[in-house]
Amino acid sequence: MKFHPFVIPFIAGVVFLLILIVFRLKQWLKGLDRKQHFFVKQNFLSLKTLYAIVEVFRESLLHFKIYRKNPVLGYMHMSLAFGWFMLIVFGKVKSVLYAGSFFEPMWLSIFFNFFVTSNEPYPYAAVMTFLMDFFLLIVLSGLLIAFVKRIYSRLVGMKKTTKHILIDRIALVALWGIFPLRLFAEASSSALYENGGFLTAGVAQMFSENFASIVELPLWWAYSLSLSIFFFTLPFSRYMHIPAEVVMIFLKKWGVKTNEHHSGFTNIQLHACAKCGICIDACQLDFAASQKNVQSAYFIGDARYNKLTEDVVNNCLMCGRCHEACPVGIELTMIRQQYRNKKEMPGKLYYNYVDLNGYHANVDIIYYAGCMTHLTPGIIISMKKIFQAAGMSYWFMDEEKGVCCGRPLRQQGFVQQAKDLVHKNLRMIHGANAKLLVTSCPICYVSFKEEYALQIPLMHHTEFIESLIDDKKISLESKAITAVYHDPCELGRNAQIYDAPRNVLKHLNLKTSKCEKNNGLCCGSSLSNAVLDLDHQIKVRDNALNVLLEKNPDVLVTACPMCKKAFTHGHKVAVMDIAEVVAKHLNEVKTKKQLSEKPEMITFAK
Amino acid sequence: MTNWGFHIAKSRIIDMDTADLGVYRKVAAKVPSAKLCLMCGACTASCTARNHTPFNLRKNHLLFRHGQFKGLAKEFDKCMLCGKCRLVCPRGVNTRALIYNMRMALDNLNYTRIKK
Amino acid sequence: MTAVDVLVIGGGPAGLESAYSLANNGYDVAVLEKEKNICGHLNQAHSLFPNFQNASEVRSAMIDKMTHPKISIHNDTEAIRIKRDIDKWGVETGSGKEFMAPALLLATGFKSFDPKYKEELGYGIYDNVITTTQFEAMCQKGSIVSPHGQKVKRIAFLNCVGSRDEKVGNHYCSRVCCINAVKQSIEAKKVLPEADIYCFYMDIRMAGQFYEELYRKSQEVYNVNYIRGRISEVSPTIDKRLHVKCEDTLSQTPMKITFDILVLMTGIEASLGTVALGQQLNISGEYNFAKSLSLHMADNYSSHKGLFLAGTCKRPLTLPEAVADARSAAGEIKNYLKTLKQ
Repeated sequence: MKFHPFVIPFIAGVVFLLILIVFRLKQWLKGLDRKQHFFVKQNFLSLKTLYAIVEVFRESLLHFKIYRKNPVLGYMHMSLAFGWFMLIVFGKVKSVLYAGSFFEPMWLSIFFNFFVTSNEPYPYAAVMTFLMDFFLLIVLSGLLIAFVKRIYSRLVGMKKTTKHILIDRIALVALWGIFPLRLFAEASSSALYENGGFLTAGVAQMFSENFASIVELPLWWAYSLSLSIFFFTLPFSRYMHIPAEVVMIFLKKWGVKTNEHHSGFTNIQLHACAKCGICIDACQLDFAASQKNVQSAYFIGDARYNKLTEDVVNNCLMCGRCHEACPVGIELTMIRQQYRNKKEMPGKLYYNYVDLNGYHANVDIIYYAGCMTHLTPGIIISMKKIFQAAGMSYWFMDEEKGVCCGRPLRQQGFVQQAKDLVHKNLRMIHGANAKLLVTSCPICYVSFKEEYALQIPLMHHTEFIESLIDDKKISLESKAITAVYHDPCELGRNAQIYDAPRNVLKHLNLKTSKCEKNNGLCCGSSLSNAVLDLDHQIKVRDNALNVLLEKNPDVLVTACPMCKKAFTHGHKVAVMDIAEVVAKHLNEVKTKKQLSEKPEMITFAK
Repeated sequence: MTNWGFHIAKSRIIDMDTADLGVYRKVAAKVPSAKLCLMCGACTASCTARNHTPFNLRKNHLLFRHGQFKGLAKEFDKCMLCGKCRLVCPRGVNTRALIYNMRMALDNLNYTRIKK
Repeated sequence: MTAVDVLVIGGGPAGLESAYSLANNGYDVAVLEKEKNICGHLNQAHSLFPNFQNASEVRSAMIDKMTHPKISIHNDTEAIRIKRDIDKWGVETGSGKEFMAPALLLATGFKSFDPKYKEELGYGIYDNVITTTQFEAMCQKGSIVSPHGQKVKRIAFLNCVGSRDEKVGNHYCSRVCCINAVKQSIEAKKVLPEADIYCFYMDIRMAGQFYEELYRKSQEVYNVNYIRGRISEVSPTIDKRLHVKCEDTLSQTPMKITFDILVLMTGIEASLGTVALGQQLNISGEYNFAKSLSLHMADNYSSHKGLFLAGTCKRPLTLPEAVADARSAAGEIKNYLKTLKQ
């Protein structure tokens, strides 16, 4: 049997790694909640598994998503993952061809060139040697980029690269050692036994036979040790993302979803993060407000090692830009939300004091302005004007004694309190028996959509105005005003309403900015961040304003009272809500439909 | 015993000599803007909860500052965290962080899953 | 090219007062005023605190002084570019004229804060939310009316609109609004003796001779009500009056109250001219006010030789303070011109 003591560290590493992965996998799957288990069981033996395998090939090996975002970075990941994978595959093929049996010792393929000299021919030896050297070259080229990236990240198009903890650094050094050591070990063997391909034999040219015989064994020992160190550190380092991402892809394809509760799936996603740092570049708190160590890569790392602090969890705009940028597709915002959630106290009610009079019955529309909109009365009177122009009766639900929609509480983790408010609002909404609920605040919109299980249709006023224009209930005068539209985070990335506002604003000269749609910037005033102080909010705001105003528009249009307030205080441009723009440019309605009499008021029984 | 009406009950005065002022100091270290409050009452005026109940952020913040915690936890539970107060504050106080941290400081319910 | 001894940019009270003082000392002075009329913000005033002197008296006195043979007034003349040669300042104006003088006095003054930035107060949205300037114009006409024709029963004055407000970026106190609010509430009471007047304040700042007495008089004689609380929201009532929300902080209770007119005591900001010229001359200080060389030692000097500052281009000042500052600037300029001759 081909054996040498230097293979022992490698074998120990592999065995340890396999045991640990199996152990972790068991833990993760055990941690899934009932619904998630159900999906796994139902779809385990289905076509979805096949899709998952394809997806694993595309994303874990070829890294298409990263490639599309950043080709250099994509190539780096692809060359390392796919190159190494091919080395393992062809190594195995090669040793099977040599041994003539599938069950050759597992270290044979790894240390093949040490054990098999050119005196022992086997089928397709030349092709195999070439392929092995070719993929080794690919891996080495990726390694070179990785090395450059660590020293000068801008070269690969990244402004920042993640700062790593000690175990990550050890694993990183071991990983970087593996391939050059393999190259030199194989080259030294090649110098002695002439069994190298174009690359290894090429390098072997530089080795004298005498020198090669001295360094050969130490090099193979070093190669085996670096593999071993990498395998031993892998489960505790960021490289755990390699197995975890595969598991995550399978679960996602089977239909497992991230919900409000921390579960095994959360743990899998925490480990699936490679800390690549793409999210850091996307984060406005980093590039505009110099808040360090709170970005998703750091948050996930802290969560993984159980050293999260409240500040890291809470200091996030929850704007969703990192989620949008993440090449692995980890649900970063939702996971952060899980960590914010407070313990629930069954049976405890917080808002018994809420004293709601009742509701108006028999109206077309319920209008819920939202708390913040009360501080931008321009939006409210514009909406009233639009309702009137369209001849629709409405009940202004929170005109005097409104209750918050619950989302601000929920985002700070007070889930139970939020549910209490949801219940209070639902009672009024469903009592009124209207055809439609319209809100002016994107925060409320997302809340109604996700938490309320409404029995009537819901629209944000951008969608509502679009439908009025489509139905020819209102029409707008064309104006030669240049405008830029700012996508509020909640309305854009969270509710995916991108086209409605742009369709409405067709009557203006609408210019595009560098941060359109899912690349939109946060205004800095996000309610989800209760940590950021005014000075830093202003930094985020001014940075966003500078990007939005590059083309010098006459007016900056948005669709969120928070964004409007924040940008107005920037003193740089006229800021208008989309409702105000529409109300200002309404064509005079010739036959104004008379509204029915004041709707009757139904009072809640005390 | 006859209550003659001029006896001052202990709870009726703020005894700054015995009050625990350290809790506020910790909160103020986390939310430095809290120190800027000039008690204008804009927060209370715009408060959504205030429409339904006599909740008063300004007053409760001041009581908290002076170490008068009795009944405050229950008061803070009335807040809906909607954030209107923050928008109207002329001094740029991060009122949401303030009430969040005061709430956390008072509540020993172990709200959070994060280790302290 | 017009050559004089001193060029004054800004024909408001400060600019005019120093021009007169310098002319009396025998210097040729040219005053550049970008508006049609001189006297600046004084044109919008009806009466002046603390003694309710009619603003028109002060105006005509100022205009009379400007007939001095040594003074030339240039209306509709905005200083656009300022050049500096050795010991000479040159000014190019928007109308294409050029001026030159060894000494230049910046008296470009202030502008009122635009309350549209405080949308929650409803300015520009509800007709009966007005600024202190608009209210002064009503006093001038002698009729205080609601735009909706209702009888005015209640008027509110809200202090600190655009001052002491970090949200709009102005951390400072505008100094004059408190006193002006007291004065205007008395004026309101003089026109409408039956009306209820409420002043909403965060702090009432009455530092200065006769001001505290004015405050006392407003309570004792005119029954003006003072409420310590900042109005945070204004909404319309069905009959188009204004529903105001604030906290009565002293009784620790939220307050709801309905008004016919809400007067916003808008704060003082650096005028557009102050900002533009300050940046051009590199003397812009905090909040874009012009920066003097030393607050205690050389408050009329700038960091440039021969460039002097007077009045509210430096900071918010009351009218007597601005005028006194103008006279002191004239004295400094006189000394400077003397040293040049030697």
